[in-house]
Amino acid sequence: MIDLSVDLGFLKLRNPVLVASGTFGYGLEFRPFVNLNRLGGIVVKGLYFEPREGNPPPRLAESASGLINAIGLQGIGARAFCEKVLPRLARVKAPIIVNVCGETDEEYLAVIDYLNRYDRIAAYELNISCPNIRAGGRCPALSPDSTHSLVKLAKAAARRPLITKLSPNVTDIVSVARAAEEAGSDAISLVNTLLAMAVDVETRRPRLANVLGGLSGPAIKPVALRMVYQVASQARIPVIGMGGIMTGRDALEFMIVGARAVEVGTANFIDPGASIRIVGEIEAFCREKKTGRVEEIIGTLVTD
Amino acid sequence: MLKDPEALIVRKETWGEYCLLALHSPRLARTAKPGQFLMVRVSDQPYPLLRRPFSIHARERNRLEIFFSKVGTGTAILAERNPGETLDILGPLGKGFRIARKKQTGGTAFLVGGGRGIAPLYFLARELRSRGVRPRIFYGGKTESHLPLLSKLAAQGFDVFVSTDDGSLGFRGFIGPMLERELARWLSASRRGPAVRQPEIFACGPDAMLKGVAGIADRYQIPAQFSLEAIMGCGIGACWGCVKRIKQAGRTGWVKICEDGPVFKNSEIVWEDA
Repeated sequence: MIDLSVDLGFLKLRNPVLVASGTFGYGLEFRPFVNLNRLGGIVVKGLYFEPREGNPPPRLAESASGLINAIGLQGIGARAFCEKVLPRLARVKAPIIVNVCGETDEEYLAVIDYLNRYDRIAAYELNISCPNIRAGGRCPALSPDSTHSLVKLAKAAARRPLITKLSPNVTDIVSVARAAEEAGSDAISLVNTLLAMAVDVETRRPRLANVLGGLSGPAIKPVALRMVYQVASQARIPVIGMGGIMTGRDALEFMIVGARAVEVGTANFIDPGASIRIVGEIEAFCREKKTGRVEEIIGTLVTD
Repeated sequence: MLKDPEALIVRKETWGEYCLLALHSPRLARTAKPGQFLMVRVSDQPYPLLRRPFSIHARERNRLEIFFSKVGTGTAILAERNPGETLDILGPLGKGFRIARKKQTGGTAFLVGGGRGIAPLYFLARELRSRGVRPRIFYGGKTESHLPLLSKLAAQGFDVFVSTDDGSLGFRGFIGPMLERELARWLSASRRGPAVRQPEIFACGPDAMLKGVAGIADRYQIPAQFSLEAIMGCGIGACWGCVKRIKQAGRTGWVKICEDGPVFKNSEIVWEDA
């Protein structure tokens, strides 16, 4: 029997595989394909306080081994989520982590304040890194200073553990991670999507109505892995790695460089059962390597 | 909705850039309805990454058929797949056409398909006929060679009206004007006869064509349903990528084609400048 559980300190997970925000809807969409109880955790789609319209279509453009999206965080808002969706997730054993969004500091705090009332939520993932909202892909995660000030505010308001989700669209990821850690974040998750674009040469128009979007999928895995490695090597708080994970071996790469858990994102679109398959593949790897506990794999990169 | 990781390709037909694949998939075939679609993984390689959506063209006992044209990398790869190979498919997805469960004996339906938009209308026509509705199928394409399903439709005994942009077969011009001409004829003939049921329009094709058909449906005050197309990420409502402007319950917003459609009533669709 392999022990797949991992301990984030503030939260013990059944296994290291979570599903990433924005790729798993609000969880319910996947019930035909996934036994939600068997997931390490569910990070639901980002929530603003109010329902949100999102960007005009086209919102998706495929690229080589990748997907560029500019959804613009269309969603039902915190209230509808708590009143309509959360009760339907009540009996799911996997921890529910809510991805928290805001146009302003006040909105982030209003969402946290509202969500604080609902016991079923295990943690917050602070989304300071969506590239599709503000002009030119700007977001608080682009600078250590704005990351520090927002995380500090959010941490003070949050009655639950706070995971800060970082953007890869920075020169020095370690300094942003350090800012989140110093501001009191309980964990760091990375990476969000890479700012990207695509052009239709026939019409010479951008293939996304938003012009810029965020690249995800296998195309970004090496970049994501490098950033997770850099952050995990420095951070004192747990790191959750993501970016292009399609298989158990992809997930293991992130754990070897130091991630305590991983999030599976774009793979959910292609194979709705990908997350559970990846749990199985990690377990099979442990069995093959005679590793009794998956935690033994974390941070075991050999560099000599 | 279900996943069948190994739907066996049992038959393939090709006509130039068009291709039909018949897939053995008993569990998915059991509940499939006209207007619903499948998400097909064209290969197990990381490029193209996403599944491709295809409306269900026909259901024959344990089989589902898809009919498509080679428009890009994904469909070109799919068209190279052969009988004996398997495909990973999800489905049946979406809500499909709304058709009355009980017999509609004596009813008439106008089915309008542009190019590969004919695909779901074959399944729909057979379903309508089994409920006593007489389908009149309008099939339009660029040229005669873009109407590969014509003989199949005729062999089924459906009334088929054909248009080509260049006049190489049937009505010369777009499908809209042909529909309007036939609709006017049919309405004036039916006014002279005994009372008939309200006809209905069902259409699938490019947005520009559908917008034209919507105008005709409005002018003649005939209810219409349209199967819309969009770039789709997941097909199951998770990615929010495939939205169109839709008005439902008094509210207008971006609505997911995959989950809330792909079929919408004429009155629900807010047409963009197509």
